[in-house]
Amino acid sequence: MMAELPKEGGQSRTRAGLAGYFRAVMAVADKDVRTELRAKEVLGTMAAFSVLAAVIFGLAFDLRVPRTELVVPGILWVIILFSGVLGLHRSFGSETDRGTLTGLLLAPVERSALYLGKTAANLLYFLIVEALLVPALLILFDVNLLKPLILLGLLLGTIGYVAVGTLFAALTARNRARETLLPVLLLPVLAPLFISGVGLTAAVLDGRATSEAWPWIGIIALYDVLVFAVAFLIVDLIWEQG
Amino acid sequence: MNESTVQGGAGRWFALLLVFDAVAALGMIAATWAALLYAGDAINLSGVEQVAQRIFYFHIGSNIAALLGFLASLVGSLGYLISRRLMWDRWAAAGVEIGTIFGVFVLLSGAIWAKPAWNTYWTWDPRLTTATITVLIYIAYMLFRSGFENPDTRARFAGIYAIFAFLSVPLTYYSARLFRSIHPIVFDGANQEAQGGFSIGPTMGQTLAMAMIGFALLFFALLFHRVRQLELESLIHAIRGEIVE
Repeated sequence: MMAELPKEGGQSRTRAGLAGYFRAVMAVADKDVRTELRAKEVLGTMAAFSVLAAVIFGLAFDLRVPRTELVVPGILWVIILFSGVLGLHRSFGSETDRGTLTGLLLAPVERSALYLGKTAANLLYFLIVEALLVPALLILFDVNLLKPLILLGLLLGTIGYVAVGTLFAALTARNRARETLLPVLLLPVLAPLFISGVGLTAAVLDGRATSEAWPWIGIIALYDVLVFAVAFLIVDLIWEQG
Repeated sequence: MNESTVQGGAGRWFALLLVFDAVAALGMIAATWAALLYAGDAINLSGVEQVAQRIFYFHIGSNIAALLGFLASLVGSLGYLISRRLMWDRWAAAGVEIGTIFGVFVLLSGAIWAKPAWNTYWTWDPRLTTATITVLIYIAYMLFRSGFENPDTRARFAGIYAIFAFLSVPLTYYSARLFRSIHPIVFDGANQEAQGGFSIGPTMGQTLAMAMIGFALLFFALLFHRVRQLELESLIHAIRGEIVE
């Protein structure tokens, strides 16, 4: 009897802990989104950049390629990669600039909750930008990307990208060359996502069998799982003393 | 007192290191001789392709050295993150630097060979893609390191990056493999679409072994020198700090 009591207590504490943890994550995300709504630093830039990049790709490739379906998968993912980097470095950059990172770190929540909250806010920005980009590509290139498998790949790919990107943004926040360094660190590590995203989009646009699309989704999903697992293991190491 | 023991230690190791350098130099001379003169011609190839095939020994040899470098970076990074001793970080940093040099040589030697064998310098074969991305990751790693002042922060953040880099490399390979592959797999022959493959004769096998050993020795000689250099660098840093105080 006596042995069971603390176990029960531990379980209920875990349950409350999970709810509390989730509240902490949402509080950080909410704080980021609210700051963004007031300062308008990230979202506008990312959205403007991605539409601008779509126009530039249009000018670069129009009349040079026989069918725009051939280049649109690459264009889609390149724009997501590049516009993402623009937004990500502000995620911690703005905190370091204003000196608010220390305050955030003093909050009585787990460090992984800070990371997840930031990741959730970034994910929201990315998805909003993609919701603009996909119709823009439809108008400029007359290619309809609104297909369930492409959208699933976009969602999963974006989750993986944001998970790595937010972590690397935290790593580069203290580096001397942070703005310029983030893409150099990020892009090669994102290669599996980029290759699979382009492969998936091309396979669906070519009208190939769905059995050819699923392996790509599998790689993207595996990438997401691995990234989150490692991020949780090491996130405490980032904000140690020193 | 402390300094003289450090210097004495470095001096003793340095003598050993010079002996090791000589061994590595002999190994590389032997590997070069074997690759150019001793190994038999690839019987199923002819003309330029037959001559170009000899770059294979240097290609595989430097590939071994590059792999050792990247292995050193993973072991060093994990070692640092667990033990928090900067010694481990120096092995990781030196491994990446030297591994990158050999990695670039793998890419270049492959491109030189591919022109006669595949009639193109470059193709987006999974091995080529993965090797290139890996080299780019480690170049990023070196740039990343140079932006930190504090050696402990540098070691910690670089270690975290190295672990992510290591995770993404196999996934890069698998995603790139979903595209068609034309890289020959010499020791398996399972790739039906491979081009420029050849079978290994006895002298070729011996030469390959010599090349791998030679390049591994060269790698370790360079690694030891670089680690020693980094150690002396931090020693100078520490002494300078004491003098300023």
